Amino acid sequence: MTNSTETQNLLTIRGLRIEGKSGDHWNEIVHGVDLDLKRGEVLGLIGESGAGKSTIGLAAMGFTRDGCRISSGTIDFDGIDLVNATQKVRRGLRGHRIAYVAQSAAASFNPAHKLIDQYCESPIVHGVMSRDQAEKDAVDLYRRLHLPNPEDIGFRYPHQVSGGQLQRAMTAMAMASKPDLIIFDEPTTALDVTTQIEVLSAIRDVVREFHTAAIYITHDLAVVAQMADRVKVLLKGEEVEESDTRSMLNDPKEDYTKSLWAVRSFHAEPKADVSQACTPVVSIKNVTAAYGKVPVLHDVSFNIHKGRTVAVVGESGSGKSTTARVITGLLPASKGEICFNGKVMPGSYKQRSKDQLRQAQMIYQMADTALNPKQTIGEIIGRPVQFYLGLRGKDRLERVRALLDEIELEPDLYINRLPSELSGGQKQRIGIARALAAEPEFIICDEVTSALDQLVAEGILKLLSKVQKDFGLAYMFITHDLATVRAIADEVVVMQQGKVVEAGPKDIMFTPPHHAYTDLLLSSIPEMDPDWLDKLLKQREEAGQ
Amino acid sequence: MHPLARMVLQRLGLGLVTLFVVSIIIFSAVELLPGDITQQILGQAATPETVAAFRKELGLDRPPVERYFDWLGGVMTGDFGKSLANQREISDLISGRFGNTLFLAGYAAVIAIPLSVMLGLLAALYRNSFFDRFINMATLSSISFPEFFVAYILIVFLAVRAQMFPAISSLNDDMTLLDMFYRAFLPALTLTLVVTAHMMRMTRAAIINLLASPYIEMARLKGMSQARVIVKHALPNALAPIINVIALNLAYLVTGVVLVEVVFVYPGLGQLLVDSVANRDITVVQASCLIFAGVYILLNLLADILSIATNPRLMHRK
Repeated sequence: MTNSTETQNLLTIRGLRIEGKSGDHWNEIVHGVDLDLKRGEVLGLIGESGAGKSTIGLAAMGFTRDGCRISSGTIDFDGIDLVNATQKVRRGLRGHRIAYVAQSAAASFNPAHKLIDQYCESPIVHGVMSRDQAEKDAVDLYRRLHLPNPEDIGFRYPHQVSGGQLQRAMTAMAMASKPDLIIFDEPTTALDVTTQIEVLSAIRDVVREFHTAAIYITHDLAVVAQMADRVKVLLKGEEVEESDTRSMLNDPKEDYTKSLWAVRSFHAEPKADVSQACTPVVSIKNVTAAYGKVPVLHDVSFNIHKGRTVAVVGESGSGKSTTARVITGLLPASKGEICFNGKVMPGSYKQRSKDQLRQAQMIYQMADTALNPKQTIGEIIGRPVQFYLGLRGKDRLERVRALLDEIELEPDLYINRLPSELSGGQKQRIGIARALAAEPEFIICDEVTSALDQLVAEGILKLLSKVQKDFGLAYMFITHDLATVRAIADEVVVMQQGKVVEAGPKDIMFTPPHHAYTDLLLSSIPEMDPDWLDKLLKQREEAGQ
Repeated sequence: MHPLARMVLQRLGLGLVTLFVVSIIIFSAVELLPGDITQQILGQAATPETVAAFRKELGLDRPPVERYFDWLGGVMTGDFGKSLANQREISDLISGRFGNTLFLAGYAAVIAIPLSVMLGLLAALYRNSFFDRFINMATLSSISFPEFFVAYILIVFLAVRAQMFPAISSLNDDMTLLDMFYRAFLPALTLTLVVTAHMMRMTRAAIINLLASPYIEMARLKGMSQARVIVKHALPNALAPIINVIALNLAYLVTGVVLVEVVFVYPGLGQLLVDSVANRDITVVQASCLIFAGVYILLNLLADILSIATNPRLMHRK
């Protein structure tokens, strides 16, 4: 490759406008975006949901989702006009010279075919190489991406391989035809932090080694800091600013970018230390539980006191949500007991009295699916008001209005709306109001902010801590996001494979020395420092030797 | 044991239990038929004494429970008993008829299944196009008419006017296979028209249902052609519902063809069943019904096994 092609753009987008169909008319969702990408360069696209990141990334492949169209602008990929090219030309480029890595590898691998068959498909169909050659290449790439048993893993079906491994297998699949450009669409968002590191470093090494250009789409600033040479910030389909990664991190120009950077600064007020001697609101005593014959929890014990927030952290499969199910009685413990205010609760919710049920409420991760789409907000919140408190008619209505005030939504505007007429953050607020309606002493928050954008999530965290102060609530906060833990927890419980590995006040938990697993979790959280990943990998390598 | 083998055994066991329950239902239902064969044969002029004597000769005077277990015991050893009407062995009577029914069903299936899956795939490929709408409309129209009506229309055009195929599909032992295909063409075509819509629409719906999946988008982003996306990426994941609807229609082809057999005077099991009901020849009715039930259960079992065998999640455990 000569120097002149090095400096030439591989991908040039000018004035790109994309429209999406809603009902009968077309709404513009990308408003004239420019983008330049050189060979071998990695561009980070960041922004909240609705910023148009994925839409632009797909457009770079000459692809629009059903119900979308490119209304104006040009997309030039190495001299080929992708907007006006025939379907055949565009198809010939996809999977061959431009490849795509999707957010959820588990959903994006075809469940009916083995990994190696899916790997070999593009190179064979595009006539890049023979099946034998492709299989050999696959093993080599699997090895470079640090997949276990690179010779054999290809002969497995997607469901037989873990999420982090699948994500790397998908990166390998994207590299199969040695493309010039790869679009990474949030490739690590669905992964645990510890797995994320392996995937990030694997992707980065391979992209560097093959000198592949990449567009890296993410909402996580710390991740983009590790991966991208340049960063473009998007908001509602428009570019906010663009510059190289280091100057963007050190010196953001626009207010919106600064606000993104500032999100992590929220911290709940530190609370006076309650005496550990008084009776805890909830106490979990030596709980062991199983799904059928599969044991999930082993001898789990911790307490939650009035007005305090206990964060339960751990990777997926560590037993966090199962603990919540045991507390609420959805899954009776096989050993051990759950006490509310010192009184032992019946194991199953079926045997608990209405008043016992009232004491513990839940807020769910997916507000979308946790709210009945056919009921108005007034009905959703009114139901527990009537069920637990016995209020009807005017009293019930007044109570619902008071709750809406509490969650900072104007009652007159919202009480008759359906969940589909609310934004994600507003839906989560309704989830909070519904939990409060029962006047509980204790609320379980199960990953309540992980489906939300950072700014919206911060609003929810602020609301939760205000509500906690107003009503003296005890929270059990299930999360895998340690930044959230830093922001609001009083105490932290670290779980791994169904056991509590470490527990204590937040300050102590975040100060070394840690339990080895806590240390792994903490050190795996990406930091805003572009050198963080390199430093960490080096550290771990040294420690490993 | 392999999980599939265990499941097959389990389902077979369940199938036998179902068949047992069905045998009770068949027997009781036949008992409820008004009148019996003695009155049918002896006519209105028969004195009560002759009727009673004839009933005794046929064993109909014994209590129903006793007769049921007698019958069941025979069936379990493969002996369906004798026809009340002509005293022939039922197994002889039925085997040829059942073979004919299977021949017709197989004939129709060989045309209808590839045709409807093909049409379903094409309709999914060109969905909302003129072709898609035309196929939908055509198959829906053919399913909307009663099958005897479709049969008569075909007879009018293909047998009476064009004189291409015989209107009467009687078979005999001397025919060559080719002759049999020729003779049975019109009933097979009628059945094809009746079952195609169902299978074609299910194939189309099952495929379209998957087209929004991330792995289909991934296949498109790998530059695969639309045809390859549908056949290679969507179809293997849509097999379970398609197999189920095919099994259901196969069962219908075997058990639901009575009308078509009657119209074309085709010597199948369905026609024997109708005749036997009219004659109150209850032992033949019971045997035919039991065979139909067995076919139905077997086909559904086959569908279950195939749905599992085509699902890698169930075939290859973690």
